[in-house]
Amino acid sequence: MPETGTREITFAEAVREALAEEMRRDSRVFIMGEDVAEAGTPFKVLSGLVEEFGTSRVVDTPISEAGFTGVGVGAAMTGLRPVVDIMFGDFITLTMDQMVNQAAKVHYMSGGKWKVPMVMRTTLGAARRSAAQHSQSLHAWFSHVPGLKVVLPSTPYDAKGLLKTAIRDDSPVVFFEDKMSYKLKGPVPIEEYTIPLGVADVKRLGKDITLVGTSSMVQVALEAAVLLENEGISAEVVDPRTTWPLDEHTLIESVKKTSRAIVIDEGYGRYGVAAELAATIAEGAFHYLDGPVRRMGAMHVPIPFSPPLEDVTVPTGKTVFDVAMKLCGRS
Amino acid sequence: MTTASDPIRTSADKTRENLLRLYRQMMAIRVFEEHVNELYTRALMPGLAHLYIGEEAIAVGVCEALQKNDYVTSTHRGHGHCLAKGASPELMFAELLGKEAGYCRGKGGSMHIADPATGNLGANAIVGGSVGIATGAAFSAKTLKTGQVAVCFFGEGALGQGVLYECFNLAQLWKLPVIYVCENNMYSEYTHFSETTTGDIPARAAAFGIKAETVDGQDVRAVFAAATQLADRARGGEGPAFLLCDTYRYRGHHVGDINREYYRSKKEEQHWLRENDPIKNFSEWLKAEKHADAAALTAIDLELKTEMDAAMKFAIAAPYPSIDQVDQDVYA
Repeated sequence: MPETGTREITFAEAVREALAEEMRRDSRVFIMGEDVAEAGTPFKVLSGLVEEFGTSRVVDTPISEAGFTGVGVGAAMTGLRPVVDIMFGDFITLTMDQMVNQAAKVHYMSGGKWKVPMVMRTTLGAARRSAAQHSQSLHAWFSHVPGLKVVLPSTPYDAKGLLKTAIRDDSPVVFFEDKMSYKLKGPVPIEEYTIPLGVADVKRLGKDITLVGTSSMVQVALEAAVLLENEGISAEVVDPRTTWPLDEHTLIESVKKTSRAIVIDEGYGRYGVAAELAATIAEGAFHYLDGPVRRMGAMHVPIPFSPPLEDVTVPTGKTVFDVAMKLCGRS
Repeated sequence: MTTASDPIRTSADKTRENLLRLYRQMMAIRVFEEHVNELYTRALMPGLAHLYIGEEAIAVGVCEALQKNDYVTSTHRGHGHCLAKGASPELMFAELLGKEAGYCRGKGGSMHIADPATGNLGANAIVGGSVGIATGAAFSAKTLKTGQVAVCFFGEGALGQGVLYECFNLAQLWKLPVIYVCENNMYSEYTHFSETTTGDIPARAAAFGIKAETVDGQDVRAVFAAATQLADRARGGEGPAFLLCDTYRYRGHHVGDINREYYRSKKEEQHWLRENDPIKNFSEWLKAEKHADAAALTAIDLELKTEMDAAMKFAIAAPYPSIDQVDQDVYA
């Protein structure tokens, strides 16, 4: 009998468990990236994996993001299932041709003949005092491209279940992890499970306003919901979990119920994921809305280093609360 | 004529057969490309076509040194590589015309022909865009111990792309069975390579410890010999190689590039056509060495013409994909 029940583990541990389980299950799965082996990445997310799987399956690379991402694409086409590690989400800029022109298009351009079963794991999120080139949330870039799937887990439970599914997917999947969430603890079943891509999760039920949060902003939305509850406003928090495929139905149904919506995403607010989700809601629930769908994202500035400056660039529970109060006619 | 079951088949027959196959493969590419030119000038072909005419000895010399399941990646000027690796002209023409019967069901077109059955990972319309893919295929071959080799064809224009050097480093670091074949046809689009490229080209690969060679890309026997040796070496676990092939693009950058005098002279073009044509030179050698007479070669030419005519007609008559195909194959 397999063990059952749950235990509390961190987000980082959940990611590591997903990788280890999939690597045990399928010998074609391997990890490739900078400082992934003995170092286990600067975030220590991969600690222990090289000891179990060896350096042929946890492969340290030179600092050549385009090169080793391209190798990942080719390896995925020819029988392996790479998990390519891009240390900071800001570095995806260096991989753009490999992801956008190669990985995303190989299947379609070949008329469905070649497949690219590859996962790119990378990070997002500010507030670590890392300045403008180590703090961005660029998941909108990949969400814009047909052929890629984009996953934004917000809890240890989601991280593990979604990563296992991503590794088993035959299409290229980009998996963004919030750096600030690595130490977040949450319940994770002992027994194996997976979570399908394209299914949103209602993190909190409510009836007066829908707060759609992604990745790091789910916790922010939940904080805002607690503040709103103190004011007698019942907020529903919906986490799409993947920007593509996108569970439009759950978003729209929630807003049909609440009639108000704020979308909170840590990417730049302009031309971003929040805009797309807001438009989806506006199109699908227009006649149910009591006010405009509001977007909240990172300010349209490079993320500054100085702590008081950085802190105002990203939505917080308080700023979401303020916008929600206005939307509910309470301020 | 000998057959495979002939018990007294001599090695001289075998040599002759292989040599005639080199000739046939090169001529197949040339006749195919002339048909493409015809399709374009008759306005039957959508988009652009980048013809491989003049460079046939490279694709044929290299691919004849490979096994069927060895991998290749190709370029926007890729028809020659596809044919040399064993693609069917019918399915290629169909793809060029955007027809459902094409290699990519019409979704790729001239610059994206891919064919798993012949190890063709796909032609790539980003210059240097397939370097990572070829290197990754070699990574798989090594990891899975399949004994396959990957060949990455690219033009000298790709020497300007940084990812090439990242992959050189990775391939040599991990001793991957990949051969980087640089076809220096002297022009990246409309610019002579001397205006964009500095230093010694093979030295760039050699700087990484990669075995680097230069060969006359108009001499199919020389290309075949070099590729055979480098493929054996890669298969034996000795790592990657770089093969620089000097060649010339007879036609324009694409079929519509007719007036070329602002970037190269007619005299230069005529020199290559007259003195350095890979098919002409090889056919003269075949005759001089008594491997074939003019009649035998003409017979091959006529056979190919008939085959390509039929393949082109097949493609012209073939139906387009149904509109509901447009959003199929986006995700696997």
